[in-house]
Amino acid sequence: MLAYAFRRFLGAWPTLLLIITLAFFLIRVAPGGPFDTDKMLPPEVQANLDKKYHLDEPLWMQYGRYLWDVAHGDFGPSFQYKDYSVTELIGAGFPVSLRLGLSAIALALVVGVTFGTLAALRQNSRLDYTVMALSMTGISIPNFVMAPLMLLVFAVYLHWLPAGGWNDGALPNMILPVIALALPQIAYISRLTRGSMIEVLRSNYIRTARAKGLPERVVLMRHALKPGLLPVVSYLGPATAGIITGSVVIEQIFGIPGIGRYFVQGALNRDYTLVMGVVIFYGVLIIVFNFIVDLVYGLLDPRVRY
Amino acid sequence: MVDREKTAGLMQAAAGEEIEGRSLWQDAWLRLKRNRAAMVSAMILGVITLLVIFAPFLSPYEYDGADWDNISIPPSIETGHIFGTDMVGRDLFVRTLYGGRVSLMVGVVATLVSLLIGITYGAIAGYLGGRVDNIMMRIVDILYAMPFMFFVILLMVLFGRNIVLIFVAIGAINWLDMARIVRGQTLSLKHKEFIEAAEACGVGTLTIIRRHIVPNLLGVVVVYVTLTIPQVILVESFLSFLGLGVQEPATSWGALVNEGAADMEVAPWSLIFPALFLATTLFCFNFIGDGLRDALDPKDR
Amino acid sequence: MKRWLILLAATLLVSPVTASAAPPAGVKLAAEQVLHRGNGSEPQSLDPHKSEGVPSSNIQRDLFEGLVSEAPDGELVPGAAESWEISEDGKTYLFHLRRNAVWSNGDPVTAHDFVFSWRRIVDPMTGSYYSQTLAPILNAEAIIQGKMPKERLGVEALDDYTLKVTLKGPTPYFLGLLTHSSTYPVNRQNVEQYGEKFARPGRLLSNGAFVLKEWRVQSHIVLERNPRYWDDANTTLDKVIYYPIEDQSTELKRYRAGELDTTEAFPLTQLGWLRKNIPDEVRIAPYLGTYYYGFNLTRPPFKDNRKLRQALTMVVDREILTGKVLRAGEIPAYGWVPPGVLHYEAVEYEWKKLSKEERLAEARRLYQEAGYSRENPLTVEIRYNTNENHKKIAVAIGVMWKRALGVRVRLVNEEWKVFLENRKQKRLTQVFRAGWIADYNDAYSFAELLHSRHGINDSGYDNPEYDALLEASAHEPDLKKREELLRRAERIMINDYPILPIYFYVSKHVVKPWVGGWVDNIMDHHYSKHLYILEH
Repeated sequence: MLAYAFRRFLGAWPTLLLIITLAFFLIRVAPGGPFDTDKMLPPEVQANLDKKYHLDEPLWMQYGRYLWDVAHGDFGPSFQYKDYSVTELIGAGFPVSLRLGLSAIALALVVGVTFGTLAALRQNSRLDYTVMALSMTGISIPNFVMAPLMLLVFAVYLHWLPAGGWNDGALPNMILPVIALALPQIAYISRLTRGSMIEVLRSNYIRTARAKGLPERVVLMRHALKPGLLPVVSYLGPATAGIITGSVVIEQIFGIPGIGRYFVQGALNRDYTLVMGVVIFYGVLIIVFNFIVDLVYGLLDPRVRY
Repeated sequence: MVDREKTAGLMQAAAGEEIEGRSLWQDAWLRLKRNRAAMVSAMILGVITLLVIFAPFLSPYEYDGADWDNISIPPSIETGHIFGTDMVGRDLFVRTLYGGRVSLMVGVVATLVSLLIGITYGAIAGYLGGRVDNIMMRIVDILYAMPFMFFVILLMVLFGRNIVLIFVAIGAINWLDMARIVRGQTLSLKHKEFIEAAEACGVGTLTIIRRHIVPNLLGVVVVYVTLTIPQVILVESFLSFLGLGVQEPATSWGALVNEGAADMEVAPWSLIFPALFLATTLFCFNFIGDGLRDALDPKDR
Repeated sequence: MKRWLILLAATLLVSPVTASAAPPAGVKLAAEQVLHRGNGSEPQSLDPHKSEGVPSSNIQRDLFEGLVSEAPDGELVPGAAESWEISEDGKTYLFHLRRNAVWSNGDPVTAHDFVFSWRRIVDPMTGSYYSQTLAPILNAEAIIQGKMPKERLGVEALDDYTLKVTLKGPTPYFLGLLTHSSTYPVNRQNVEQYGEKFARPGRLLSNGAFVLKEWRVQSHIVLERNPRYWDDANTTLDKVIYYPIEDQSTELKRYRAGELDTTEAFPLTQLGWLRKNIPDEVRIAPYLGTYYYGFNLTRPPFKDNRKLRQALTMVVDREILTGKVLRAGEIPAYGWVPPGVLHYEAVEYEWKKLSKEERLAEARRLYQEAGYSRENPLTVEIRYNTNENHKKIAVAIGVMWKRALGVRVRLVNEEWKVFLENRKQKRLTQVFRAGWIADYNDAYSFAELLHSRHGINDSGYDNPEYDALLEASAHEPDLKKREELLRRAERIMINDYPILPIYFYVSKHVVKPWVGGWVDNIMDHHYSKHLYILEH
């Protein structure tokens, strides 16, 4: 097990290098540069800006310089937000994204697994249809409809909750964004749970367990849930990382200072360093989550060998 | 007792009789026909598809023509704008149906692309295991770690935009999930008795993957497809939102819903109709998927 | 020996407050003087010399004070300079600084601070987006181009409180330029101590009515009243909080939920609702900007095809666009320079007086003459950057061209940076969207954009006669004659049809009824020091 972890750790480095390389060259190929504006920037000033940020050097030299800096923990200054370094921006945004994301995924897991299991137990019953239809609304109604709708009702009409802002993660500020972020995930998780639970519940060892006269609760909790959650676990790796970083829409609509928006904004602004910083950060996150998922997978399914 | 019977049956299947394969699908069809929710959904979906294809021809309005005297008016019979008009005075009935063509096409084609790549990739990686699996999954990890929007933005920017590229871009990104899930399932499948039996009988690797692994994955795959089609349709709308999706004056449900969401309070009709079509379609796909899943479950035989 | 002309009346100097907006007597103020302002997007920087964009400028106007400031209605009033004298040839300015103006640490604001700051702006190493603002100053352009050391800039501190500025030509809008946030002073010690990151809470020294207290990126920026500000007695607010909210409907929702007192904008589509439900809170005012389409004159089909350009320009029904599509009181544009510009009477197309039918007939004739017809229609691309409103306009114009002339229109929307790149390169573009918001209130701010050597003349317009008239205007001290030169230039330009003006912008805000002191003005500048919260 420890050896496996170590192997994965070693394996992560080439992955990361490849990610950096790909991202670095891809964004440089895109038309436009960080200092393009519809105001007039004299060519001399443009040239000086380029020089200051080493954009006038050949690409391979910039690449080498970047790798060197990153290896020394320096992600450079943001091109767009000139008073901040990329490290500062990510450092400020990440705790927010993390908190929001983990809350959403926790909510989605609890509700999703419960929904899915209930539906599987009463397959094709009215309960099944109701629960699944309910969860399906989570993906049928896009985030950018659901979020403003909730804001309109709960913040603007009823005045129960704030209409945006983070306020250092105060509970009232968290409720709507967490729900909005969790809704589609609830749908995915309950569907996955239902699908695999139905399969598991029909398998021989569950039949055996039931035949042995074990109480349904024990059958469910001890025997069925573990294998039934395998696809959910598979899904959680990318979902968790994605939910933390990819919640651009939610962050935008609720005015939350996370790092999700830096992806799109950074790419649109050609803020090379910021994009690279977030890409690397995201890459590390994914690698870590995938590793955790694989570990959990092994714990749940003893037949999987490393 | 039961186990031995099952093993015998599986041995037979492992030997690969064509007839056995076909009757699986016949069985499935019979079972599907008994699933009311799925059948109703299929019918609704059929109606929507027909509407989307033919109804725009029935309306006197064009999808890209503006009616200056009726800008952003609610649905009414008198003006002939039965779904109302948008903020430039275009008929929303025609636009909703026209948008449906694009959305359905994107959803289905992109999903097929991702399915094809994902299953093949995942099943091979999972079944072969070892170093191959490791390398293949590392590639997936790397691709996963690329921020998706960044990727698509660059694609659109570099190669210009066209609808085929949207299919490919979305499909090429979605297969990653599929590959992961399929690989996970395959990992646990390959230690099942019937696979080991097939191996013992000397059936080739590719044949095992095609004949035994893939059909047994169908349950998961179908569930996944029902989740992917709506996802793809939504991704398309997000792309439109960023300005990288369908070009105006063409449209899609996602794009229409996106526009409608901004005006939900002042012009609810511009949200309700496209959203209704979108949600209904997604629901239908879902129920059909469910029905298929139940019908295809080989363990029920 | 120079003869000085005293420009400012003594009355203004004695009571500069008259124009400022301390709450009028008898007004009941709220106990808590905190203002929550929606501010569009996250400011790029609070360093006045490095930032670009409206959100940064809004905040910098509260933090800093330039030599010249503005009254609530936009009128120029003394700022860090108490008074000034202008030489008769209009080329030399003497600014007398206030002796009671200090930085937020108590050090006096001196003429040396301005010399340092302005050299910093034009220093190409600073990389300022707005170094051009100081271009009228002697040697500024050569310094920006790196051909001269920054010490040669035409500014000089005669003593601690007297600043002498030498211009290269009479520049009637020079004082107006000095209200622009990029001309604000920074504290030399402060910059040298903290380098690139001096504009941060706890570090930044500023000379305005407010000081920087807290900055949470993408969340909020808190400013607190500066008790050392020379005019603190007339500041009412104790605290101003700026919220960067990019999404306009989100901003409006937070406003309606009572979390914001003012917004930076609102979505066009909400206008009907706003007018019906909170008409008194809607603030729409003319804004110094033109929304237009450019023709790429360097490639077919528009290269050397004035008739085609004119035909397309004539059949755009601006009344429908402003009256039915936009509906926020935008003004239809039949010329380039918006109305309301100082010392300038707008120029318009001669065919404006024709009826719709006459215009259409004329346009069809021109279209024919340009070699197109219903059977052999023009196929053209309209290129715009991704945005709801741009899309609406493009769709509508597409329909107008199609109906009137049978033109086949393809709409192409592009992400901002790609769009800018394409516009600049002039290879792919045919018709492209553009907008120009003036940085200072003068016709030249618009006119210079079509000068053949201007950096963002994306049409590629090149008319020596036009260029010559502009250059002549730069050296004309007489305001009336200067206006004549600029008007002649504009008339020549619009009749060449390098651009298709569509409408003149308006600024759009919603402001809570308890926010006092908010006066609509053409620059859309609203200093927090003029605002106050009424009891509610």
